[in-house]
Amino acid sequence: MSETNGIMNAAEGSTTLGNAYLEMDLLRFTTAGSVDDGKSTLIGRLLYDSKAIFEDQLEAIEQASRNRGEEGVNLALLTDGLRAEREQGITIDVAYRFFATPNRKFIVADTPGHVQYTRNMVTGASTADLAVVLIDARHGVLTQSKRHGFIASLLRIPHVVVAVNKMDLVEYSEKTFAAIEREYTEFSAKLDINDITFIPVSALNGDNVVDRSVHMDWYRGPTFLHHLEHVNIASDRNLIDFRFPVQSVIRPHQNFRGYAGTISSGVIRPGEEVMVLPSGKTSRVKEITTFEGDLESASADQPVVITIEDEIDISRGDMLVRPGNIPDVDNEIGAMVCWMSEEPLDRNRHYIIQHTTREVKAFVDNVAYRVDVDTLHREEADTLQLNEIGRIELTTAQPLYFDSYRTNQETGAFILVDPFSHNTVAAGMIRGATRTAEEVSELAEAFSRKEFEAARQAMRSPDVVWEGLNIPREEREAANDHLAAAVWFTGLSGSGKTTIARVLERRLFDAGVSTMLLDGDYVRHGLCGDLGFSATDRAENIRRVGEAARLFFEQGSVVLCTFVSPYRVDRDRVRALVPEGRFMEVFVDVDLETARERDPKGLYEKSDQGDISNLTGVSAPYEAPESPELTLETANMSVDEAADMVWKALVSAGIIEG
Amino acid sequence: MSSSVTSYRNSHLKDLEAEAIYVMREVAAQFERPVLLFSGGKDSIVMVHLARKAFHPAPIPFPLMHVDTGHNFPETIVFRDKLVDELGVKLHVASVQDAIDKGRVVEETGPEASRNGLQIVPLLDALQEHQFDAAFGGGRRDEEKARAKERFFSHRDRFGQWDPKNQRPELWKLYNGHKNVGENFRVFPLSNWTEMDVWQYIGFENIDIPHLYFAHEREVFDRRGTLLAKTDFVSLLPGEALERRTIRFRTIGDATCTGAVLSSADSMDKIIQEVAAARETERGGRHDDQRSEAAMEDRKKQGYF
Ligand SMILES: Nc1nc2c(ncn2[C@@H]2O[C@H](COP(=O)(O)OP(=O)(O)O)[C@@H](O)[C@H]2O)c(=O)[nH]1
Repeated sequence: MSETNGIMNAAEGSTTLGNAYLEMDLLRFTTAGSVDDGKSTLIGRLLYDSKAIFEDQLEAIEQASRNRGEEGVNLALLTDGLRAEREQGITIDVAYRFFATPNRKFIVADTPGHVQYTRNMVTGASTADLAVVLIDARHGVLTQSKRHGFIASLLRIPHVVVAVNKMDLVEYSEKTFAAIEREYTEFSAKLDINDITFIPVSALNGDNVVDRSVHMDWYRGPTFLHHLEHVNIASDRNLIDFRFPVQSVIRPHQNFRGYAGTISSGVIRPGEEVMVLPSGKTSRVKEITTFEGDLESASADQPVVITIEDEIDISRGDMLVRPGNIPDVDNEIGAMVCWMSEEPLDRNRHYIIQHTTREVKAFVDNVAYRVDVDTLHREEADTLQLNEIGRIELTTAQPLYFDSYRTNQETGAFILVDPFSHNTVAAGMIRGATRTAEEVSELAEAFSRKEFEAARQAMRSPDVVWEGLNIPREEREAANDHLAAAVWFTGLSGSGKTTIARVLERRLFDAGVSTMLLDGDYVRHGLCGDLGFSATDRAENIRRVGEAARLFFEQGSVVLCTFVSPYRVDRDRVRALVPEGRFMEVFVDVDLETARERDPKGLYEKSDQGDISNLTGVSAPYEAPESPELTLETANMSVDEAADMVWKALVSAGIIEG
Repeated sequence: MSSSVTSYRNSHLKDLEAEAIYVMREVAAQFERPVLLFSGGKDSIVMVHLARKAFHPAPIPFPLMHVDTGHNFPETIVFRDKLVDELGVKLHVASVQDAIDKGRVVEETGPEASRNGLQIVPLLDALQEHQFDAAFGGGRRDEEKARAKERFFSHRDRFGQWDPKNQRPELWKLYNGHKNVGENFRVFPLSNWTEMDVWQYIGFENIDIPHLYFAHEREVFDRRGTLLAKTDFVSLLPGEALERRTIRFRTIGDATCTGAVLSSADSMDKIIQEVAAARETERGGRHDDQRSEAAMEDRKKQGYF
């Protein structure tokens, strides 16, 4: 194979020492402990005993130890980072350390143990294969130790080591160790941890850290380092579900169009069939290209460039999968999140969700509960504060392609970014699409029956009643002699929305119906004059129009709204503002060709000439309604016929009289 | 032999390579005008190699920038120009000498004078001039304590400053490159590499590096325990004398403060063995890092890469 050339030469020329390094793999682990449990000392000890510390570093900490008036070398100083922290004598963030043995290279995400703790540990844990939980033998299992276990389980770190430290201060007592082991094992049974190992150590003296302790011959297990070196991580990868989020399009010249990315999970070979999300189109893999040459197969974690047989429009954020094994595609998502920002979660504003290589706008609709990380109890909550963990429901502006975090970390993890401060405000782990049977039964478990009903109610129907209007809508409706309603016309430009709505409005008005027409082009001049045509702006446009429609609705009118409104989620948001039975979604359906021919505003022509981008149906998506109240196929009917159909629908819905 | 090829493909080096490539592709996708800070040293040479891999078969989609102290070993410049030529990428040079001539910075004086600290201003000026919004640096977390907490995507405010207290948490592989106008990012694809990893990788990938890294004879003198090379930019102090020794460099930077080590390692394998046995960090040989315990941290806050 051509790809081996460069490597082969180098490998051939290398010495035994070089080859020894070839056998090394990589283990990323995170450490957690309360302040003073001896975490820094333990890591310092590992670095020191595994000779990862250089003499100049050692001299520096000897000097620093002397400056602090301490005897001997304070190993904890080795892992102690920034000056501010050094002055305060605490560590405040995640710091990364490195050491290696002939078998493995280790990356340690060292997280401190005070208030900011949860956020930092979640960060460190997100990339870890293994978590080390430190327990001070004198104090036994503390609430904090349980919290660490919970986070390890939440982030699904495959392996946990409980290091029972300061054994020298409890006379290396087997009984003390056994009691801690029993208590923690009992506790962790409630969690989702597959592999948990207990090791008695003295970080200060080095017992069972690198070398076997001479004080604890009752302990038969491995030393701490031996365990780290031998724990099996190769089987932790998901090699079944092929997922390839496209990072970017590589297009050096006309004849090559490849998709760059790192395979999230699974295996792929040239010739195999793939499906592209979101388009659902299928094709076959042509080549898997790398700098070293084309590959015969590629698997999880490999960065590659994939080319496919057919010309399909694919861009960053799309995902290649196998047609027989596709992830969930949904815009309503349930997730556990850890809140990481000083500013609490706000359900009245949007966030940006970063998921695989995609970025979309998201609203948090609901906080189902908060988990008390110390007791694991679920509490009612309507927001989350810094360092709190809870279960939320999100609606995204466009669907995500995801798996549950449990089955696939790469496609189940996301972060939320504040669109104004640009900070990362939350780390999320997807449980699944919202309101699955599993979720509902879980909720049922969480609350008593009555509370559950209330919770579900809150999830289903957003507040549709405006309290305290001076003249309630019902009174206006009685005076008008008809009910209020919102009729929402959606469809491509040129489908006939406005024309039909204008005819209908005239007929309603002539029949004495209080009515108002809100047209996309009019609001674009005033109410929404500051918005463009990106997905985000379109969503905001529809939100404002929805609120305006609602005002007319509450005033007793039959409001006619004509908006392209290409996104299902946006239309559903408007629907949610109006009570059931009063919202009528009218899909003005026309094929693109007919719309193009009509082209009343010359938009298609402009788009063809490249004067405008983001034209729905051409260069921006249109999501047809799934179950509209009414569909008008305007290619086959006159304007009057169409208006008539809406009229009849209003009559049969009991809004107006025939 | 095929077994070592398989091992290599599964080794920690391939893991680190994959991580760096992912980061580079993210930057190319998330930012409008990235640039790769190229010092001529081995870390930036490795970065260039990774960038070639990340975008192959397309060329590297961003230019390189050299913040030039003017105190280079001539070999560094020859190597740089040859590499740029081969790759067909654009090279920007931000010159410390120009900044001094324009009065933007003031040259330090005295025998301990160094231009390392003076790199900040021309760097920030050049970033602003070309509106680069992301700059790749070869910094590694193992180099120095202050770097242990550095992110892959390191946010800088409009003044190019780094605020250790206000760094975004970095989770999974989800890198947040959102920013305000005028702000930029420093990005470190080699964050999780150690000096040993870099050398191993150069060896296995057959990457060309300047001969300064290999043992050779050179005229050097001893200044407070650091072996400095004879160049046009340093003059001897009383009591210092030139000697011809067999040395090599573990880092290549400003020739006035980059220390050499006595070494007979004249091949990749010997270098790797030497690094494995070394009892001093590579920065141990960097004269100006010894000035204070928190030297690096101070420089970072001001915008040093
Ligand atoms: N006797 C004893 N003291 C220890 C041990 N490990 C750590 N210590 C001491 O406990 C204190 C806190 O240790 P440190 O590593 O700074 O804790 P951290 O806050 O968890 O990083 C220091 O005074 C250490 O010397 C141990 O195994 N035995």
